[in-house]
Amino acid sequence: MNAFRWLLPHPLLTLLLALVWTLLQNQVSAGMVVFGLILGILIPWVTSAWWPDTPKSFHLSRMVTYSIMVIWDIMVANVEVAWIVLTKPNSKLRPAWIVVPLELKQPEAITILAGTITLTPGTVSADLSDEGHSLLVHVLHTDDPDGVRDEIKSRYERRLKEIFA
Amino acid sequence: MSGEIIMTYAIAISLLVGAIFALVGAIGLLKFNDSMTRLHAPTKVGTVGIGAFLLASMLHSFTYGEGSMHELLIMAFLFVTAPISANFMAKVNIHRRACDTPPSPPRDDTWSTLNVPEEDKHVSDTAAPSHRI
Repeated sequence: MNAFRWLLPHPLLTLLLALVWTLLQNQVSAGMVVFGLILGILIPWVTSAWWPDTPKSFHLSRMVTYSIMVIWDIMVANVEVAWIVLTKPNSKLRPAWIVVPLELKQPEAITILAGTITLTPGTVSADLSDEGHSLLVHVLHTDDPDGVRDEIKSRYERRLKEIFA
Repeated sequence: MSGEIIMTYAIAISLLVGAIFALVGAIGLLKFNDSMTRLHAPTKVGTVGIGAFLLASMLHSFTYGEGSMHELLIMAFLFVTAPISANFMAKVNIHRRACDTPPSPPRDDTWSTLNVPEEDKHVSDTAAPSHRI
C-alpha cells in the first residue's frame, strides 16, 4: 500500500492526465495511451511537494452526478441571465452582495464550490474571508438574497460535503 | 444522405444558439453601468455561447471528416479557467473600491482582498480615495 502511495500519490490525477494526453493526440493508439500513463505517473510524482494535504476521500461517482447537475444548472441559468440582460432596464436591476458561511474545510472543495458559483450565471464568487470561513458572492439580480444563499448551501455545498466526506 | 442533412441543420442550429448567446453577452457588457454587474454578462453567457460553437465544430468534424475530440479539451480548460479570471476581476473591483463595499464576513475579520498588511497601511490610505467612484 505504501509503495502504491509512493508511486501514485494521486491516482485520479494520473488517470486524468493520461486521458487529456490521449485527447490531445485526437486518436487512440496503444503507444500514446502508454505514454500518457507515463506522463500521468511522472507529473504527480514530480509535483507532489506542492500537494501537501490530499483530500482523504473523494467519491468519483457523486462527482459525476454533481457535474451533470451543474451543467444542467448552467444551461438553465444562462437563459435566465440572457432574459435579464435583454429585458430588465438598469433602474430595475437589483444586484446584491451575499455572504455564504462555509462548512467546507478542504481548499479543493472550496475551490470547486467557488468555481460552480461563478459558472452558474447570475452569481460570481468574488472573495474569501481572510481565514476562509465565508465566501463573498455577487448576484446580478435578486429579490431574495437569503434565498439565493440557502440555495447555494443546500444545492451545492451539501453535495460537495458528501463528495469529500 | 438524409443523415448528413439532419447533421447540417444541427450544426446550423448550434452555430445560431452560440451566436445569440455571444451577442447577449456583448449587449450585457455595453448595457450594465457598474463594474460588478458588467462582469456577469460576458463571463457567464460566454461559456454557453462558446460551448455551442464547439459543439457545432465537433458535429461538423464527425459528419464531414475525421472526428475530432479537441473541443472537449477546450471546453474543459475553459470551464476551469473562466471562474479564475472572473474572480480576479471581482477582486480588482473590490481592491480599487470600484463597487459597493461588501458586508463584512460573520466569523472572520475581513475579506482577504481588503486585508492590508500592517506595514502597507499608509500606502493604501493614500491610494484608495483617488479611485473611489
